[in-house]
Amino acid sequence: MLAQQLLNGFVVGGVYALFALGFTLVFGIQRVLNLAHGAIFMSGAFIAYYTVAAGGPLWLGLALAVIGSGLISVLVEIVCFRRLRRSGDEEFGGIISSIGASLVIMTIAQRISDTQVLRFPFETFPVIIWRFWGLRVSALQLFMLALALALVVVLGWFIYRTAFGRQVRAVTQNERAAMLMGINPVRIHMQTFFLSGALAGAAGVLVGLAFSSIRYTMGEPFLMYGFVIIILGGLGSIPGALLASFLFGMGQTMLTAYMPSAISGLNEAFIFAALFLLLLFRPHGLMGREAAGALRGRR
Amino acid sequence: MLAVEALALRYAGIRALRGVSLSVAEGETVALIGPNGAGKSSLLNAISGIVRPAAGRIRFDGRDITALPPWEIARMGLIQVPEGRQVFAEMTVLENLLTGRTALAGRAEIFSLDDVFAMFPILRERAGQLAGSLSGGQQQMLAIARGLMGAPRLLLLDEPSLGLAPLIVAQVFRALAGLKARGLTILLVEQNARQALAASDRALVLEQGRIVHHGPSAELARDPDVIAHYLGQGDTGAMTQQGGG
Repeated sequence: MLAQQLLNGFVVGGVYALFALGFTLVFGIQRVLNLAHGAIFMSGAFIAYYTVAAGGPLWLGLALAVIGSGLISVLVEIVCFRRLRRSGDEEFGGIISSIGASLVIMTIAQRISDTQVLRFPFETFPVIIWRFWGLRVSALQLFMLALALALVVVLGWFIYRTAFGRQVRAVTQNERAAMLMGINPVRIHMQTFFLSGALAGAAGVLVGLAFSSIRYTMGEPFLMYGFVIIILGGLGSIPGALLASFLFGMGQTMLTAYMPSAISGLNEAFIFAALFLLLLFRPHGLMGREAAGALRGRR
Repeated sequence: MLAVEALALRYAGIRALRGVSLSVAEGETVALIGPNGAGKSSLLNAISGIVRPAAGRIRFDGRDITALPPWEIARMGLIQVPEGRQVFAEMTVLENLLTGRTALAGRAEIFSLDDVFAMFPILRERAGQLAGSLSGGQQQMLAIARGLMGAPRLLLLDEPSLGLAPLIVAQVFRALAGLKARGLTILLVEQNARQALAASDRALVLEQGRIVHHGPSAELARDPDVIAHYLGQGDTGAMTQQGGG
């Protein structure tokens, strides 16, 4: 039973990682929270759903969701952040304008879906269940885990092993010096937002498949979880967000499994209380550094 | 190679530059000296495209670069090593150097990784360490080396001796002498006037946003006015020359 719950939690953690990595990537580079990230995640689920509903195969839906969410994210960057960055008011102004973008995207989704809860048709993803060592694993779970891990590995390789990744990190650490080295930060910001949105879109599709409830508000709890995860991991830290995602996914699954049902409504209260306690002892999160806060001077 | 014409710059309402003109020819080292707040860094930042001048024109190789963004200017080979080093602290020394190559943008390299390691052996030893863990002097060497990786045709150096111990200052200036010997064109901004005059062919003195003296460095070093204002009291230059040999 415990092993089964840990496994389930690990799968959920992988999806959280997809969501939170993009969130922390943008925070790391912009020093600003993109509060439209939940809506972008939701748009991924919507794009995949409507592709499948129109008769397309799931893989096409997934591909379109990844690309489409990435492009929506780029649009958010251009509309919500770029101008504010130019006027030097991105920290607070960006939070407000990304809330606005979030509302716009959600309203459009609400209109399209007529405020209905959407479900992928039965067996969009084949229902196959394996049992071994007393554990129950579905093909969907394996697919979720494999896709999440693959995307995380690809992202890590991009950021830490390629010239593009070096440029992203250079802009994150010192935008002015990066410009003097010939790096165009405008392009880096756009590419980072694309990656961030694409990962969120993939997470949206996986959540849509796993919980078969696609709603225009489905991004909101994820935005909240995303907060917990990137604060827990240390703001702007990619390894931290990864670790925190799996801890959070497993912790949440455990709470759901073992808490008496009479107080199951308090699960989130427990999670936030645990975060609060941890921050008392580690104010910068599990892997954060003092300097990585939003208040650090950027120039 | 570089021609700055009647450049004017306002910074938060203050007139940081009031009609500055200067030129740098291929192969020469030009020093820009003057007191703190004279506008030296503002001038370099205007040349690099970081700040926009209110009036005037900047030409590099005959091309007007006044309105170009900083990254395009860097990619033309007009590369600034910024004041206060500004290395990428959370990247390794090697990653900092490789990032410097972004400015190549298809141009052939002038200094290879081996060249800069030969110039600054400490960087080879520390290649895998985070740049933020280096000492101030090592970070300055890294900042210069990172600039060299971008194949500069004109290197702008902003206060390379700032905040460094005299012995390290001498080391940095020895490295600059080596670059000059290799034919690199350099525009050097320094408060340490004695060192800057010793290291350059020509010099300009900037005061309150205006050029008040200019001429061959050796002549300026003998100019009574310059001596009185910039070389007079025991600045660290004399000490460094003894320390560094």
